[in-house]
Amino acid sequence: MLKLNNVEVIYDGVILVLRGISIEVEVGSITTVLGANGAGKSTTLKAISGQLKAERGEVTRGTVEFEGARIDHLQAHEAVQMGIVQVFEGRRVFEHLTGEENLIAGGHIVSTPVMKRNMELVYEYFPRLYERREVQAGYLSGGEQQMLAIGRALMSDPKLVMLDEPSLGLAPMIIEEIFGIITKLNEQEKTTFLVVEQNATLALNLAKYGYVMENGAIVLEGNAAALKENADIKEFYLGISSGEKKSFRDVKTYRRRKRWLG
Amino acid sequence: MEWQFFVELVTNGMLTGLMYALVAVGFVLIYKSTDAINFAQGEFCMIAAIVVAGAIKLYGFPVWVAIGTGLLFMLVFNWGLERVVLRPMIGRPVVAIIMATIGLALMFRGLGPLVFGAETRPIPLPIPDQPIIWGPFFMAPIDVLGAVISIGFMAVFGWFFMKSRKGVAMRAVADSHQVSMAMGINVERYFVLAWMLAGFVALLGGLVWGSAIGVDTQLAALGLKVFPVVILGGLDSIVGVIVGGIIVGVVEAISAGYIDPFVGGGTKDFTPYVLMILVLMVRPYGIFGKPIIERI
Repeated sequence: MLKLNNVEVIYDGVILVLRGISIEVEVGSITTVLGANGAGKSTTLKAISGQLKAERGEVTRGTVEFEGARIDHLQAHEAVQMGIVQVFEGRRVFEHLTGEENLIAGGHIVSTPVMKRNMELVYEYFPRLYERREVQAGYLSGGEQQMLAIGRALMSDPKLVMLDEPSLGLAPMIIEEIFGIITKLNEQEKTTFLVVEQNATLALNLAKYGYVMENGAIVLEGNAAALKENADIKEFYLGISSGEKKSFRDVKTYRRRKRWLG
Repeated sequence: MEWQFFVELVTNGMLTGLMYALVAVGFVLIYKSTDAINFAQGEFCMIAAIVVAGAIKLYGFPVWVAIGTGLLFMLVFNWGLERVVLRPMIGRPVVAIIMATIGLALMFRGLGPLVFGAETRPIPLPIPDQPIIWGPFFMAPIDVLGAVISIGFMAVFGWFFMKSRKGVAMRAVADSHQVSMAMGINVERYFVLAWMLAGFVALLGGLVWGSAIGVDTQLAALGLKVFPVVILGGLDSIVGVIVGGIIVGVVEAISAGYIDPFVGGGTKDFTPYVLMILVLMVRPYGIFGKPIIERI
């Protein structure tokens, strides 16, 4: 469905952020991209959703293909027309609009009857949003805002929903609820998800396939189950060590090993 | 008849205030959708009025045809302005856009008379000259017409903005350009829409003010004149514009009626600003402006 082929992204004409990454997302799947701060995860999503231009970034090499068509030079609103929608990191709801108006804005590109139907669907999956629909979104709780951001993304009948760190700053119970709904949406509505996360445990439990990014490159990829068993992933992302305590010197060798992987 | 004098001041102040609101809503329109303050709104009114008055005077157009010409001109004019001047500034700091509008304002003030002549021209709307006397109320027909147009526009525009899907999208654009784009909203198209609406309301403002006080470059001063209205009401509130307009109109009328005789005149020119400063001390975002939402 979605295919990034050796994509390189440069900001401001000089800052190299993505150094030739290749990612593939299958129809109906949940795929995750893991990585630390600054690895280039958000940039990857922006390269797909056409948001780079607003930040003076550009795909300088490689291709982004969606359902067989090149999309790496589309504008953001055109990408939405193609069926790609991005949920930003930090939720980014329209604060001064009510919850319901946020949803209406999210369904901007579909006809009114479709918009109404989608709204019902969103309320079905997120009953809390229905209860709070008249409240200005800025005053919703963090969890509600995240639900609203995801619900709003669903309003445009997307084929691919990209979530940028949906667990950021939320309580574990809320995260569990939201990730449960994502799984349900994937199973029942056949929505494809591409999820960027720092929380590897969460992401690998949610996704079927995963990529690990470091310094703007993919260093590791595989089935989520296999990644969970990978020694490096366990060590660096899951925080599971083999038992005995590590000295700082050992940590340094891991650093070396990681670089070698890249 | 002391109370009659007071009633007269208040009614006329309210009517004038509603006419102010008609100009002020142009600021709100642009601010709500682009987050910038358009200091050329007064000049837009002036240009609209000059075109209408010029079409009547120089080409002998009937009034309605002249108004139609003015409308067409303003829509095309503001569309072009958005394309040529303002679109390249998208993504730049808001201050840059504000400075650009100030530049435009000065340019128009110079170019208007150059193209259409500097004499004061009338816009002869087909309404009676005799004041309307209704019980203790004593009103100029043009003021009444202006107030009616103002309320009518606010009602229609308010509905559009608050209830229609396009209005919701417009407010979404004002909230965040980036996120709106990610919703599939063509942000640039909504900018154009906002500027064309500002052109339309400038025509209305230019018409009523032009026929009330005559058409020349003095009309452009309306822009600054209504600034207390905009600030009082809150830069982004339609209700605020109406309330702010009425408050400023009434305060002006009352200070002209009661204070001027003692000090020799001129107080109505600055009392609105005094009021504006007082309001800003208590509510920095205006009476109806949106507070900055901070989640703690």
